[in-house]
Amino acid sequence: MAHSGTEKQVLTAREAGLLGCGTCGRVSPKGTTVCPRCETPLHSRRPGSIEKVWAWWLAGIFAYIPANLYPMLRTSFLGREQDSTIVGGVIDLIHHGSFLIAAIVFFASVIIPVSKFFAVGYLAWTVKGRAHISEHQRTVLYEVVEFVGRWSMIDVFVVAVLAALVNLGFVVNFKPGIAAFFFALSVAFTMISALSLDPRLIWDNSTGDGASDE
Amino acid sequence: MTAIMAGPVVEGAPHDHDVNEDGELIACVVCDALHTVPTIPPKAALRCVRCGNVLLRSPGPALDRILASAFTTVILVVSALFFPFLQISASGFTSATTLVETAFAFKGGLTTPLTFVLIFTIIVLPIIRALALTWAVMPIRLNLRPLPQAKAAFRLANLLRPWSMIEVFIVGVVVALVKIGGMAKVGLGLAFWELLLILIIVILEATSLCEKTIWRILERKSRY
Ligand SMILES: [Zn+2]
Ligand SMILES: [Zn+2]
Repeated sequence: MAHSGTEKQVLTAREAGLLGCGTCGRVSPKGTTVCPRCETPLHSRRPGSIEKVWAWWLAGIFAYIPANLYPMLRTSFLGREQDSTIVGGVIDLIHHGSFLIAAIVFFASVIIPVSKFFAVGYLAWTVKGRAHISEHQRTVLYEVVEFVGRWSMIDVFVVAVLAALVNLGFVVNFKPGIAAFFFALSVAFTMISALSLDPRLIWDNSTGDGASDE
Repeated sequence: MTAIMAGPVVEGAPHDHDVNEDGELIACVVCDALHTVPTIPPKAALRCVRCGNVLLRSPGPALDRILASAFTTVILVVSALFFPFLQISASGFTSATTLVETAFAFKGGLTTPLTFVLIFTIIVLPIIRALALTWAVMPIRLNLRPLPQAKAAFRLANLLRPWSMIEVFIVGVVVALVKIGGMAKVGLGLAFWELLLILIIVILEATSLCEKTIWRILERKSRY
């Protein structure tokens, strides 16, 4: 890589015998326990970071399974009741011809959670082993995962709005299904999992050229 | 916004002076690389030489945006609490919903715990976060000494950031509207447009807030 030369020269706070705050970036002398700038506990690397990532990651996957098996929404339309799961709801939207909205819901409820499991798992796995993509790309992946995670909650909010708003007697009614509960749990667990990852760990074994050939 | 590079601290450079005043150092929160902090010109962002993450920004309009976002969030969330923000009608039936009614949609049965999730993510946490941000940032904007517990307030605001989901909720409202579209006639209350306004302002705030920059200002203002 073109800038491998400069990367090798960079000194980290840890190598310099200093403590860099993971919240505000302030540099403190070794032995400082609380950051004087933001008052968070100081750690060169957050202790138990990877273990916490894996624990919440597993919890997130366990909650995601019932979230997909049980109904998310019970619709009664002109006296007929129908249960729909997350994927079922997307298929309904496609049948109605709302392709854009079907795409948004599918993206928020299926693509984001599933790719988040893969992404967080990959990041935690490659902290101690070999990675096929550079530290730079893994940092981008980490930032994307952190940013998009909460948007998975869209479907839970959709169910809430439908159930609260649509109460038109015999014509049409919506009731929330138990899957909404598991889905919200899954989103929260995966968010905590991603937040537990100390991004500095991604860079600790940096070889400078971003590849895994060392 | 122009990007300027911070000076990387190379092997062997002296680092035993006061690391937070002259020749101030900052460590990248993403990769731990050490940098010396130069004077940051207006509208500039200081980037890490190793990973490219923003180390510090010149505050610019960020403080104003944070405050604007906090004010609108409080005013609009509070006003959507009890006024209907959506109304629909079909075959002579009408129904409407407020933010509070929506939060209670999961009441009853096995989904009851979700009621708390909704109350917190779309009502309580956005309001607490907006108040905490105002408490921490307002005095800085007015060039005054920070209020007592300003640091605690800013820490709380950052802690709540991922869990305050009003903008996610607004997108959920739009999706719900499309789902209903085929079955009933939808009327958009004033509060709906207010919610849409929050969406824009909150996203604007999220893109301009640099936590590390505010921390640095808070530390300096508390000292003098
Ligand atoms: Zn700090
Ligand atoms: Zn960096």
